[in-house]
Amino acid sequence: MDYFLTEEQEMIVDIARQITDEKIIPNRAELDEKDEFPREILKSMGQADLFAIPIPEEYGGFGGGCLDIVLALEQLGRGCIGVATAFAASALGIYPIIIAGSDEMKKKYLTPVAAGEKFAAFGLTEANAGSDASGIQTTAVLDGDEWLLNGTKQWITNGGEAQIYTVIAITDRSKGARGASIFVVEEGDPGFSCGPKEKKMGIRASSTTELIFKDCRIPKDRLVGRKGTGFITVMKTLDSSRPGIAALGLGIGQACVDEAATYAKQRVQFGKPIIAFQAVQHLLADMAIQLEASRALVYSSAKHIDAHPKDMSKVSSMCKVMATDMAMKVSTDAVQVMGGYGYMREYPVEKMMRDAKILQIYEGTNQVQRNVVGQELNKEYSRK
Amino acid sequence: MKIIVCIKQVPDAKDVRLDPETNTLAREGVQSIMNPYDQHALEEAVRLKEQLGGEVTVLSMGPPQAEEVLRQAISCGADRGVLISDRAFAGADTWATSYTLAKAVNKIGDFDLILCGKQAIDGDTAQVGPGLAIQLEIPFITCIQKVREADEKHLVMERMMDDGYDVVSVQYPVLLTVVKDLNEPRVPSLKGKMKSKKAKIEMLTAADVGADAACIGLAGSPTQVVDVFPPPPRGERAILTGNIDEQVEQLVAKLATYL
Repeated sequence: MDYFLTEEQEMIVDIARQITDEKIIPNRAELDEKDEFPREILKSMGQADLFAIPIPEEYGGFGGGCLDIVLALEQLGRGCIGVATAFAASALGIYPIIIAGSDEMKKKYLTPVAAGEKFAAFGLTEANAGSDASGIQTTAVLDGDEWLLNGTKQWITNGGEAQIYTVIAITDRSKGARGASIFVVEEGDPGFSCGPKEKKMGIRASSTTELIFKDCRIPKDRLVGRKGTGFITVMKTLDSSRPGIAALGLGIGQACVDEAATYAKQRVQFGKPIIAFQAVQHLLADMAIQLEASRALVYSSAKHIDAHPKDMSKVSSMCKVMATDMAMKVSTDAVQVMGGYGYMREYPVEKMMRDAKILQIYEGTNQVQRNVVGQELNKEYSRK
Repeated sequence: MKIIVCIKQVPDAKDVRLDPETNTLAREGVQSIMNPYDQHALEEAVRLKEQLGGEVTVLSMGPPQAEEVLRQAISCGADRGVLISDRAFAGADTWATSYTLAKAVNKIGDFDLILCGKQAIDGDTAQVGPGLAIQLEIPFITCIQKVREADEKHLVMERMMDDGYDVVSVQYPVLLTVVKDLNEPRVPSLKGKMKSKKAKIEMLTAADVGADAACIGLAGSPTQVVDVFPPPPRGERAILTGNIDEQVEQLVAKLATYL
């Protein structure tokens, strides 16, 4: 379907498609098998200016919006969402700086990311603070001209690989939601280390580690925005980033339809290619219908979000749920269409099905997303 | 550093057919791409520019639509695109092409280094790079597989040989032809693509470069293609199966039919 993209958006799609076809697809199985971080691929993404997409032009970026990053992530996700997650997590890591950082901070941290020289990570989750972000234990205390950070972040994407980390810590527990703040921690800061790489079911090309702060000292000016505005910035960050996760779902969905339909044309049983059987056709048709419906919602949500509307949270949650549930369903069905071959590691859909699962979990579980949509509906209809 | 990269637009090798009437390459409806070897030449030129500073000019001889590959080169880091295009160039062999490119290079002006792909995947002659160097009266080194050192004065490189490689040190000006082992070409960048859209491609005709009409196109070509034909089909082949004794038996029976 034609979504009437602008000329610039077509360029983003072309570049991301070329990286996906030439650099990601030929290497994805090996990266998955070896749990290997795709440093070379990220370097070529940097060279192609993909990291510059969400960064404002005054800091060397492209000044792109939500739809621009969605288009890039959809293509990358078609190749491997492990690789694409490393890319997406860097964008997530810099959003708090884009949203709330000072001009000086933006210059210092956004410029090298736009140039593809450094990338970022976002540290929110902890052992006791997943869906419930109010359970955060990590603290930051001002000590003279320095902040003293203590605590441990868990399951942080790009841990040990990123150079720039945005980290949420409690600065005043008595103030509840207004007691959290965001800090920039750099690789090599005293008292900061990363744990060993976690062993995961899917997205194995991405790196996931703990971030450990033991009397970690950072300069006073590493506070992002004002003290106590951490949660608000986190919420705004996630509202902007969730359509990107939805886009990864679109990428997997498209790859699964492509793989399953191609296989069904070639595979002959009972004297016919299996695509000639209605049972298989219906599976493929449902996959294609759900994919296209999700794409329409994700693209229009992303465009809507670019206008910074009041109902941003609701729309962003809606598209995340739809596209990622679709990715799980469509990847499972792609394995079904391909039967025993689909279950084997020689074919890519087995990995896609393992990878798809994380999309329903990270950046807010799909249950939490439904809560957001439900609560917004509750609010809307209370006013009527 | 002033670097010129010669680039040819060629039909995509995945899609090559011969026109049965004329026995020439059928170009209608065939996707055109930048000659793959030239992509490696361009990548090395852009890397040298990033390392040493300077300017990369891409030069192509071809029909007006060859402008596309020059824009593609700009999106990958080239600064300036020059297309030499004239109906009078049609049918040029490698000598006439080398002559014409040399005229265009002289028109472009100063250069330190010229990079070419080892050969184009359509003609497969590997003669135009060296031919251009001869016309320009500069040294050339073919089949570069690695640049070891580069500075403003000289280059140290590896030249691919049948067994192993030679290490060659050379001063500018020089023309190099490159093989695919040299590097991995980059994907165009977003900023490069936007620049390439707006870039003005300089168009040169035979008259613009002062080419002698007797040295260009089919008329100026010392070689003429008399005939092009597909290789004869290979003979019948069969794979024998079974254990060794059975296979030997089958083979002997088969050979006996030829007696």
